[in-house]
Amino acid sequence: MMTVNEFETMVYTRPDSLTDVSTHYCPGCTHGTAHRLIAEVIDEMGLKERTIGVASVGCSVFAYNYFDTDFVQAPHGRAPAMATGVKRVYPDRMVFTYQGDGDLASIGMAEIVHAAARGENITVFFLNNTNYGMTGGQMAPTTLPGQVTTSSPNGRDVETQGYPIRTAEMLAKLDGASYVVRRSLHDPKNIRLAKKAIRTALEVQMRGLGFSLVELLSICPTNWGKTPAEALQWLEEKMVTYYPVGDYKVHPAAAEIKF
Amino acid sequence: MARELMKGNEAVAEAAVRAGLAAYFGYPITPQTESLEYLSRRMPELGRAFVQAESEVAAINMVYGAACTGHRVMTSSSGPGISLMQEGLSFIAGTELPMVLIDVQRGGPGLGNIAPSQADYNQIVKGGGHGDYHPIVLAPASVQESVDLTVLAFDLAEKYRSVVAVLSDGSIGQMMEPCELPPMQPMKTSFPEWAVSGAKGRERRYLTSINLNPAMQEEMNFRLMRRWQEVEANEVRYKEYYMDDAKFAVVGFGSTGRVALSAVRAARAEGIPVGLIRPITVSPFPSKVLEELSRRVEGMLVLEMNAGQMLEDVLIATHGQVPVEFYGRLGGVCVLPEEALREIKRLVKGPLSTEGHPRDRWLNRTAKN
Repeated sequence: MMTVNEFETMVYTRPDSLTDVSTHYCPGCTHGTAHRLIAEVIDEMGLKERTIGVASVGCSVFAYNYFDTDFVQAPHGRAPAMATGVKRVYPDRMVFTYQGDGDLASIGMAEIVHAAARGENITVFFLNNTNYGMTGGQMAPTTLPGQVTTSSPNGRDVETQGYPIRTAEMLAKLDGASYVVRRSLHDPKNIRLAKKAIRTALEVQMRGLGFSLVELLSICPTNWGKTPAEALQWLEEKMVTYYPVGDYKVHPAAAEIKF
Repeated sequence: MARELMKGNEAVAEAAVRAGLAAYFGYPITPQTESLEYLSRRMPELGRAFVQAESEVAAINMVYGAACTGHRVMTSSSGPGISLMQEGLSFIAGTELPMVLIDVQRGGPGLGNIAPSQADYNQIVKGGGHGDYHPIVLAPASVQESVDLTVLAFDLAEKYRSVVAVLSDGSIGQMMEPCELPPMQPMKTSFPEWAVSGAKGRERRYLTSINLNPAMQEEMNFRLMRRWQEVEANEVRYKEYYMDDAKFAVVGFGSTGRVALSAVRAARAEGIPVGLIRPITVSPFPSKVLEELSRRVEGMLVLEMNAGQMLEDVLIATHGQVPVEFYGRLGGVCVLPEEALREIKRLVKGPLSTEGHPRDRWLNRTAKN
């Protein structure tokens, strides 16, 4: 721990892998939490100088402004394909994508399924906040039945607008996927569990064990029309019920990882 | 080097390998699939990257990722596949990355057919994807030229941080011809200052095509356009045949240019003073050459396997200074040498006019089906 003066000890600092800038994220948004967890793990694993991140389209399009690592930015939904291109050229680098639910589970469904099916040795951080945040809160594939969004103004009607997709469960069915889990960012305990999963996912990649994905249940107070506290409560009550936190695929080799 | 009998698509693939191709990403589509098949064997045996993508959309974005590292990367496709790649091509152009695209054209629109065509000239030459950008486009007329231009494509892509397309077609991709392959180049070991690799001992780098500040995005656009002016000034390539004393000029690119050469030779044998201009770079287009030519010939004939797409560039270059006629075959039908000769004779016989549009005159004299 860094000593500030003889009476004080620094116990909480910005991770080296985050740049020293304010983010454009809304107050209360859990993107900040997710960024920090990933950066802490990159620091702990000493990967800062070996990391190439892939930003997606959505609120996290500017993730490259916040991670102090090399970064590229993908077209909407294509981050797993772009990550594949980077990783195949640099197999010993840590390559991760950071994608939202509109990006990954709608327009990018083909790319994520096939990256997982190939056992592509990349890590995907999948932020699920049940709506398209960047464009102002439209219905996403993850929007809950009955949930009001700007494009489901009467609540998502499953008769005409279909059912939400449980992405982690679906990808876990693929033989190529080695580590697929869902965590939530709604309270300190779950945030600690999320960090552990992020660490495991990156350990899976750095040991060459194949495709890893951590779905992170997140909030969008602005588009949900809730305070951050209300939003966290809604996540716990509504989202965790529909999208249970859990380990959906843990390859035996991944289960043995100790850190 | 000994000459080898090779299929166009395989020759292009081996030429790319010898030019130092580090990563190939593709998807099967006729009539280019042999390139993918060839590289699925060749790249792994050399320890280089090969992925058969789930779609052309994924393939071009794998190319995008690999191109961000500054390695030599390529994909190949045709018609519908090239359409699917347009988003990625625009992003790659917007991020100023080098890459090589092999476009083996087939009959369209829609699913069309797998016969040779030149109807994707506008799609590639005029940019295809959204935004202001110009790919460099090279048009081979033989297997040998496909090999040579593929190697050149990698050099130009790096020199101008640009998308470079080799605009071939189903006939050149499928035919077998003797060709001499280039020597195997060593793989690149140093990479440009913009390339990502992991920020080891240096400031981090990021590559993106987004810039929400319009003034800065405008600046980037100006940079692209000024670079394009350099390309226009330095990289125009074309071949001319029998033009020294020609009173008439045929203009055709790629395989139609090659058919036109047969017709021009036949016409010369009959004493007709006709020559041929065959653009090698259809982008940048040899506009100055045609402009100068328009002041000394009596008439021009444009031949294409489309409804007059390059014709528009010829008309812009010659701006009404010379009568221009057009003849084309559509939907995967090739122009035959006899047809080209007949059109040369029609041109020479006249009457010649600069009134109206050559496409309308061609359509009017083409029997309605």
